[in-house]
Amino acid sequence: MAEVGEHPSEGLLRELAPQALAVVARRSGDFAAAEDAVQEALLAASLRWPTEGQPDHPLAWLVRVARRRLVDEVRSDAARRQREETAAAGEVPGADVADRDDTLALLFLCCHPSLTPASAIALTLRAVGGLTTAEIASAFLVPEATMAQRISRAKARIRSSGVAFAMPAEGERGEAVAAVLRVLYLVFSEGYTSTAGPELQRVELAAEAIRLTRMLRRLLPDDPEVGGLLALMLLTDARRHARTGPAGELVPLGEQDRGLWDSGLIAEGVELLTESLSRGAVGEYQLQAAIAAVHDEAATTEDTDWPQVLALYSLLERTSGSPMVSLNRAVAAAMVHGPATGLSILDGLDIPGSPLAGHYRLDAVRGHLHEMAGDTDAAVRDFQVAARRTTSLPEQHYLQTQAARLAHAGKAEAGRARAADAPPPAPPSKPEAQPGPGTREGAGTDGSSTGS
Amino acid sequence: MKYMLLMKYEGGAACDVPMGEWAPEDITTHLDFQRSLGKELAERGELVEAQGLTGPELARVVTSDGRSAPVVTDGPFPESKEFLAGYWIVDVESPDRAVEIAAQASAAPGPGGVPIQQPIEVRQVMSVPASDS
Repeated sequence: MAEVGEHPSEGLLRELAPQALAVVARRSGDFAAAEDAVQEALLAASLRWPTEGQPDHPLAWLVRVARRRLVDEVRSDAARRQREETAAAGEVPGADVADRDDTLALLFLCCHPSLTPASAIALTLRAVGGLTTAEIASAFLVPEATMAQRISRAKARIRSSGVAFAMPAEGERGEAVAAVLRVLYLVFSEGYTSTAGPELQRVELAAEAIRLTRMLRRLLPDDPEVGGLLALMLLTDARRHARTGPAGELVPLGEQDRGLWDSGLIAEGVELLTESLSRGAVGEYQLQAAIAAVHDEAATTEDTDWPQVLALYSLLERTSGSPMVSLNRAVAAAMVHGPATGLSILDGLDIPGSPLAGHYRLDAVRGHLHEMAGDTDAAVRDFQVAARRTTSLPEQHYLQTQAARLAHAGKAEAGRARAADAPPPAPPSKPEAQPGPGTREGAGTDGSSTGS
Repeated sequence: MKYMLLMKYEGGAACDVPMGEWAPEDITTHLDFQRSLGKELAERGELVEAQGLTGPELARVVTSDGRSAPVVTDGPFPESKEFLAGYWIVDVESPDRAVEIAAQASAAPGPGGVPIQQPIEVRQVMSVPASDS
């Protein structure tokens, strides 16, 4: 038990939060009210336990205080409250236990498709992740009041859509799990790409996504896509220290110092992926994880098994249909068959009405392939166009720098050619691959044109 | 006192070449300068917010009379140099300090390391009146 004065471990409260909510919500039948009540109980715990000491049965304490808040909402009657407190003091600890189905039901509810992705993310992080509204707001760079509203509205949406806090029917289970995986994947992507996030960010979204996915894996150990998603996160997170340079600049996969990759995470990811694949039902997350594994297991860019990467992207393209996947496949095809092949795939993607038409990623990839093919002028133009159209500042800087590098190499080239026989052209900078999480949502989460 | 410092795409007296056409080392120098200015403002407790905006090619201008469908104009815009590129919001002790920060920003190094002389618009943010009398 924590000593008086010791701050209750944040980890404990975060762990107990969904359990307390599951117990209270199950009994109360009003999810929104139960969630507010549990929030208040968590706050009370963080304020009172340091002075009063951590209770022997912290979960029961939270449940009791939350229930009291709920009753207070319905009826404020001091005498009745007193009776309830007395009764609660005699409760058998551990009588209310959140079982596996409760926590799953909670996850399914928070990730319900009737919610917008942003709402589902916010609600899941609070109700299941046990983060405070302030922490979530800080992670998403919005004011706390804004995030509080988003969460209230999410709960109102759940109420009005009539979704119950209960396990979905057998036939709907698969879709419910897929919805949860989508939300967790979005949280991870958000965390993974906020390289320019505020210094004061207390919660690491990528770490939180991994923590929640590990929890989901404990709840659903036999679901290969859950294993696949966790493997994908670990294999991607393993590279995080190599993704940014000393000045905070973006470093694409092909240029990363692989010595900075976390070999423990890679090993764990590969093991998890192997186990998931052995179950035979290969889905989208397992495929993405497999691609990440091929990259993570290569000692250098040159050692990468590009034919394997190409095969996996082709398979993924058939299953997922995400435009970013098609872009990635074009890069892999270029690595295997040469830049002309990649470029012609891009031409096929750049047609009016296609989601990639005019998208900056397409121009960025085209720039790399033109550089690979030795067509420097075209590459400079592509990078400049992409730089003007990107929505990410680090990416813009990267693309401008690529354009500048090529343009100035060209000028130097021209100068030397005038003076003497031109030396052989400089080899193109390593072509990048795009193994990072490609999203269905289209904008792509990688910090560079070709992912890291 | 809060001030917004605004930067457009117009470039400066000493530079009207878009950054994608500078020498790579000049880009790096410029970015380092911006980063360290931001860091300095943060350390001094003056930085409230700093944002870069996505390019004018992605901008849309919307007008509506509240009744019919809104009119949405896409780029490219002939007057794109007038578009906002980014802003800082700073919280400072005096108007002079806001000007000082803007001057620093305006002198950011450009091609060849030469200070750009970018015009920075300095606008005080409206605030609650000091008293209600």
